Amino acid sequence: MDTSKVKKVKSCIWKIPQRGDMRVPGFIFADKDLLLDMDDKVIEQVSNVACLPGIVKGAMAMPDAHWGYGFPIGGVAAFDPDEGGIISVGGVGYDISCGVRCHRLGLKKDKIFPYLEELIDELFRSIPAGVGSTGKIKLSKGKLDDVLRYGAVWAVDKGYGIRDELRFIEDGGMVPEAMPELVSDMAKERQKKQIGTLGSGNHYLEIQFVEEVFYKDAARAFGIDVDDVVISIHCGSRALGHQIGMDYIQVLGKASKKYNIPIRERELVCAPIRSQEGMDYFRAMSCGINCALANRQVLGHLVREVVHRIVPNATCDLIYDVSHNTCKVEKHRVNGKVKGLYVHRKGATRAFGPGRDEVPKEYRDVGQPLFIGGTMGTCSYILCGTKEGEGLSWSSACHGAGRAMSRRAALKRWKGKGVIKSLRSKGIILKAASLRGAAEEAPEAYKDIHKVVNVTHNSGIARKVALLRPLAVIKG
Amino acid sequence: MEGLSPGWETFDHVADIGVRGFGRSLDEAFSNGARALFSIIVENLDLVRANEEKRIEASSFDLVGLFVAWLNKLLAISDLEGMVFSRFEPRVSQRDLVVSSKVFGEPWDKKRHGVGIEVKGATFSEARVEKINGLWVAQCIVDV
Repeated sequence: MDTSKVKKVKSCIWKIPQRGDMRVPGFIFADKDLLLDMDDKVIEQVSNVACLPGIVKGAMAMPDAHWGYGFPIGGVAAFDPDEGGIISVGGVGYDISCGVRCHRLGLKKDKIFPYLEELIDELFRSIPAGVGSTGKIKLSKGKLDDVLRYGAVWAVDKGYGIRDELRFIEDGGMVPEAMPELVSDMAKERQKKQIGTLGSGNHYLEIQFVEEVFYKDAARAFGIDVDDVVISIHCGSRALGHQIGMDYIQVLGKASKKYNIPIRERELVCAPIRSQEGMDYFRAMSCGINCALANRQVLGHLVREVVHRIVPNATCDLIYDVSHNTCKVEKHRVNGKVKGLYVHRKGATRAFGPGRDEVPKEYRDVGQPLFIGGTMGTCSYILCGTKEGEGLSWSSACHGAGRAMSRRAALKRWKGKGVIKSLRSKGIILKAASLRGAAEEAPEAYKDIHKVVNVTHNSGIARKVALLRPLAVIKG
Repeated sequence: MEGLSPGWETFDHVADIGVRGFGRSLDEAFSNGARALFSIIVENLDLVRANEEKRIEASSFDLVGLFVAWLNKLLAISDLEGMVFSRFEPRVSQRDLVVSSKVFGEPWDKKRHGVGIEVKGATFSEARVEKINGLWVAQCIVDV
C-alpha cells in the first residue's frame, strides 16, 4: 500500500484524511507491516464508503482488511437514519451472518487423545460438508419461514440444543426484524435442504486446545484454561444468504438511481434506511442472519451428540456464537447522545465491551468473546471486547487472518494430499470434502494471524484472551 | 487477458476467483463466461455430458447486471436441481436487458465429474461486459 495517503493517529491507527466527496475520514487499524501489505484497493474502498450518505464518524478497516466487494473485507461503517443514512448490500456481503461458534468440552487434551481419530471421523460422517451437500432436515416452505423468523430459537424449539444456550448467541439467537415474505421463493427453495450443513470454501469445524491464556479473568469467565479442548464451527447462511444478496443487489441497484445516490463502485448500491427498498433489504437480510444462527445452532447440536457418544465425561457447552457479515441496529453514543445506528460489518466481528446489556451476565465484567479463526496449520484466538472499542470502532474487531495469496496461486503451489500430509506431520488431522479445497486453504496462503491479532489487541479494539491450536480439522 | 480469441479463462483475485468469457458475439461471450464458472465447480468440465436441457431466463437493469444475474440464475438452478452444466446457448437482448437461454448438462456425479469448490455467487466486482478489438469480453469475480 502507498502509505503516503494515510497519517498515523496513534499506535496501530491510521487516518485517511477527508478529501473530495468524503463525508468523514477513513480509519485503518494496522501496524506499519500490515499496512504495507494491504492492497491500495483498501484505501480506495474505505474512501468510497466514506462518501455514502448518513455515515457517522468514519469508514473503518480492521487489521485483516483486504480488497472486497464495495466495502473492503474487514470494513465497518455506521449510518444514522436521522441523517439520511443508507443501507448497502456491499456492507454485509453475500454470506450473510457467516460466523464462528465455540463449544468447550470440559476436558484436557490428554483425555481427548485416545478418542481423537474416532471423534473426527464420526464428526466428518455426521456433519454434511462440501459443495452440494444436503442436510438431514428437510423443510417445507412454511416451516422454513419459521427458521427465518426465529433463527436459533426455532432450532431449540425443535430440539436442537438447550434453551439456556440462546443467551450465548448474539441477539439471543434471533433478530426480530426478519420478514420472510420479503425473501424470494428461489432463496427459500435453495435453503430447504441446507439447514445443518457446513458448506465449503473457508468454512470449517476444528477440534482445538487452549495453548496459552493471556487474560485470566476473561478465560475463567469463558470457562476455559490451558490444555482445555474446544470445538469451533465456522459457517454461515448458506444458499439462502447468497440468494438474498443477489436478489437485493438488483433491487438496490435500481434504488440508488431512484434516490440519486452517487455510487463509486457497483457493489456499494444502496437505499436510504428510511425507504421502502432500504427497509425491505434490511428485513430480508435479517432473515439471512436468523438462518445462519439456526444453521450454526443445529450444527452445534449435531456436534454435541457425537461428542457425547464418543468421549466419556465430555460436556459441550456453548461459549459464544459470533457473526461476521451483518448490518444491525445498535445503540451507540454520538456527540454525547445515544442513537440507534445501522452498523455494517463486512468481514468484521461485533466486539461489545464490559458492561453492555447485550453481553451475557457471566461475561459482562470482561466483555463479549470473539473467535478469530487463523488457519488449520497455525492457530486461532479468543479475544474479548473492550470499553475503548466502543469509541474507536463501534465495538468491532477483526474476523480472521485474511488471505495473503489468491486461491489460484495456492492451487499452483500445493496439492490437497500434500497439505493433508504436511499437517499430519505436525500432528493435525485434516478431513477434507474436496482436495482442491484443501490446497486452496493451505495455511501458508493466509496472513500471519499473530500479527493481525496483536495489532487488534494493541489498537485497543479488542483484547487477547487465549490462543487455540488445532488438533483435528474438517474442511468443507 | 491472455489470448484474445473466443474461449474462457479464470483469473486471480485476492480471496476469490474471476471468470471471463470471450466471444465473437455477446451470446458467445456469455456462454464462455458460464463455462469458466462451471470449470470452478467441477474438476473436469469435459466429462459433464450435455444430456438434459434447462431453460433459464434472467433480467437486469444494465448489461453488466445481466451477465451477473444470468450466472447467478445458473448457480441457483444448478444448486436446486443438483445438476452441472457444460453447454450454454444464451440469447442476449441488449434492448430488453433480458437473457433467455437453453443450457445442457446432467445430474452432478461427484465421482466422475470431481468436486471443485462451491461458488456462493457472481458479484459486480471487476464486472465488465465490453467489446475489445472486435471481441466481446464478459467477466466478473465470483464469491467462493
